[in-house]
Amino acid sequence: MAKKKTETLHIPDAPHRPGDSAKFEKWTWAPEDLNLLKIDCSVDDTREHAEGLVRVLNDEHEAKGEWNPNLKPEELIMGLEHMLRLRIFDDRMMKMQRTGKLSFYMRSYGEEAIAIAQTMALETQDWLFPTYRQPGAQFVRGRDMVSMICHCIGNEEDNVKGRQMPVHYTYREGRYISVSSPVGTQFSQAIGVALASKYKELDEVTITWIGDGASATGDYHYALNFASIFKAPVILNVVNNQWAISTHSNFASGIQNFAVRGLPYGIPSIRVDGNDFLALYSVTKWARDRAAKKLGPTHIEVLTYRAGAHSSSDDPSRYRPKDASDFWPGGDPIERLKEHLINIGKWSEEKHLGLEEKLDAEVMSAYKEAVKYGDLANGPYPSSDAIFTEVYETPPWHLQEQWDEMKLWRDE
Amino acid sequence: MVNMNMVQAINNALDNMLEKDKELIIFGEDVGYFGGVFRTSDGLQEKHGKHRVFDSPLSEGGIAATAFGMAINGLRPVVEIQFADYIFPAYDQIVNEMAKVRHRSGGEFWCPVTIRTPAGGGIRGGHHHSQSPEAQFTHTPGLKVVYCSTPFNSKGLLISAIEDNDPVVFFEPKRCYRGPFYGDPHNVPTWKDHPEAEVPESYYKIPLGEARLAMEGDECTVIAWGTMVHVAEQAIRNSGIRCDLIDLQTLVPWDKDVVVKSIKKTGRCVIVHEAPKTSGFGAEMVASIQERCFYLLECRIERVTGWDTPFPHTTEWDYMPSPSRIAEAIRKTQEE
Repeated sequence: MAKKKTETLHIPDAPHRPGDSAKFEKWTWAPEDLNLLKIDCSVDDTREHAEGLVRVLNDEHEAKGEWNPNLKPEELIMGLEHMLRLRIFDDRMMKMQRTGKLSFYMRSYGEEAIAIAQTMALETQDWLFPTYRQPGAQFVRGRDMVSMICHCIGNEEDNVKGRQMPVHYTYREGRYISVSSPVGTQFSQAIGVALASKYKELDEVTITWIGDGASATGDYHYALNFASIFKAPVILNVVNNQWAISTHSNFASGIQNFAVRGLPYGIPSIRVDGNDFLALYSVTKWARDRAAKKLGPTHIEVLTYRAGAHSSSDDPSRYRPKDASDFWPGGDPIERLKEHLINIGKWSEEKHLGLEEKLDAEVMSAYKEAVKYGDLANGPYPSSDAIFTEVYETPPWHLQEQWDEMKLWRDE
Repeated sequence: MVNMNMVQAINNALDNMLEKDKELIIFGEDVGYFGGVFRTSDGLQEKHGKHRVFDSPLSEGGIAATAFGMAINGLRPVVEIQFADYIFPAYDQIVNEMAKVRHRSGGEFWCPVTIRTPAGGGIRGGHHHSQSPEAQFTHTPGLKVVYCSTPFNSKGLLISAIEDNDPVVFFEPKRCYRGPFYGDPHNVPTWKDHPEAEVPESYYKIPLGEARLAMEGDECTVIAWGTMVHVAEQAIRNSGIRCDLIDLQTLVPWDKDVVVKSIKKTGRCVIVHEAPKTSGFGAEMVASIQERCFYLLECRIERVTGWDTPFPHTTEWDYMPSPSRIAEAIRKTQEE
């Protein structure tokens, strides 16, 4: 759009729009650029790491530099399997959404490494306080896929009883705290979770995530301030996937580096390649060690790209080039880990194909079992009694009266 | 007159006002380049310039605070909160700041902000995309509260809200953006051919504080707003009872003349809203009606509302007031 003379305000723009060819600055960061930091380093020691980018996998898919976590091949294969499982699961759920079996869906496409690598780097007692874009953590914590699908399709076996929209999982057994639609709220709440663990003198760390968009909320700033003041054992991740629905990250912050915003709060801050499984694992492990040794919070920008739509209700071709994610300098997280494993002689195209087939079958079988309990298009649904239960610990009289009234109507 | 759905009518109102008032400015999450997640500002940035229609950071508190600042310094901001469920980070700015600044400054500052926000259920939005929080604003002195229900009144009311020099919270029933809703999720008409979807393309206003008589009858007065106007219309048809259907349109200040006149005629009243019952705006209506019409009433006033629970996802049709529930309440008023 031509700039009009009358445009008196500075309004940012996205770097590319439909019809443009996608523009990304070429990455100059190499794995060898940044040294491994001591866990008791000062805030200032991390400045370079906040301004740069921690990577382990280079463009040739080799693991290099001091941040290499030196994971065993079976751990890498496990990571690859979880990421692929999530991608295939997402594709199946999206197909179900299109046929009305669920109301809505959100994929993690292009961001699969984040929650999976980071959760693998934690201990099982650590608390996960996710957004809707970290469902993959549940696979790491062993959640049954059938149960996840039952939630999404809102059937009788949905553990949150048809109350929440799809993808708003709750999985207490895996210490995966209930997802809430209002974005950002979990980020500041995570400080409380972490401080409760510290108060109880438990070896528990809390990890939480927020998007670049929601880092514009007050909750983001409350979190950094409280975490810094009370030295909370928390890992604060800003997942910068560049887009909040149609709004580019240029509208979330006046500076295009989210990591450095932790520094003036006095929190060691690092930026990490969000499509590099090894770098994510390594940085998260480092942050966990700091928290466990009572050295306080770590602030991490996870640099990535939202390769898919925000949700099933969104059409990104209206506000960005259709193929933008193909040009993302960070590539695809699954492809990169796969190539690395092939590079070190621990994987092959045949094995990969075999894994895909195994996971396809796993997802299909889980899907078939889940729909036996009903789906949103056809029911049966959770009982509408669930509208009234768990509003309070025990329903007060006025709610009991309304509940009785509802029962008279629901079957008409 | 052109047939418009509610999204087009709102878009048209904003377009008219951007033309008319150069101090008008529109912003909110995804409202600029993309034109809003419900498309209500589609095309406006391109037409009027990105300094007048723009995206904001994802920060409802920041949106409200910035709008406040612009308004006390002579602009007329129209901001969008993407879902009414997400208005609460802005609550402090709206309730403690916008609503009180005229009073607290001895009239030296005032705050002509319009806060548009899609509200209400029926879209499988679960408890964070379905709430109807009008009562949380009607309880705040200094705010005006509007709840539109049709393409025609959405445009006329929005223009009045924008031109009003007090802050207005403007609720849009998202279930009705693309068609009226008669309580049957399997039969969803569009606005095509609906008389209230004939909308002038030019500027017009529906004054704040005036209700709309959507149906006329002498046996009962049914009062509703938002989506429930259409569900109540269906209920009245099903009941076979002749009712005045009052679409309140503005909740603060509400139209006491139309309500009292109708109850004088019918002596009976049913109030319908989809928000929870306890402290809902229906409670205020019941109290005010008995204060003004106690000796005119032939029977107790009935309320049909959402339950005092969070809004459910899969079982939302057991939550929202249905035509059957409303019709039964209307019948009850005929028993004595």
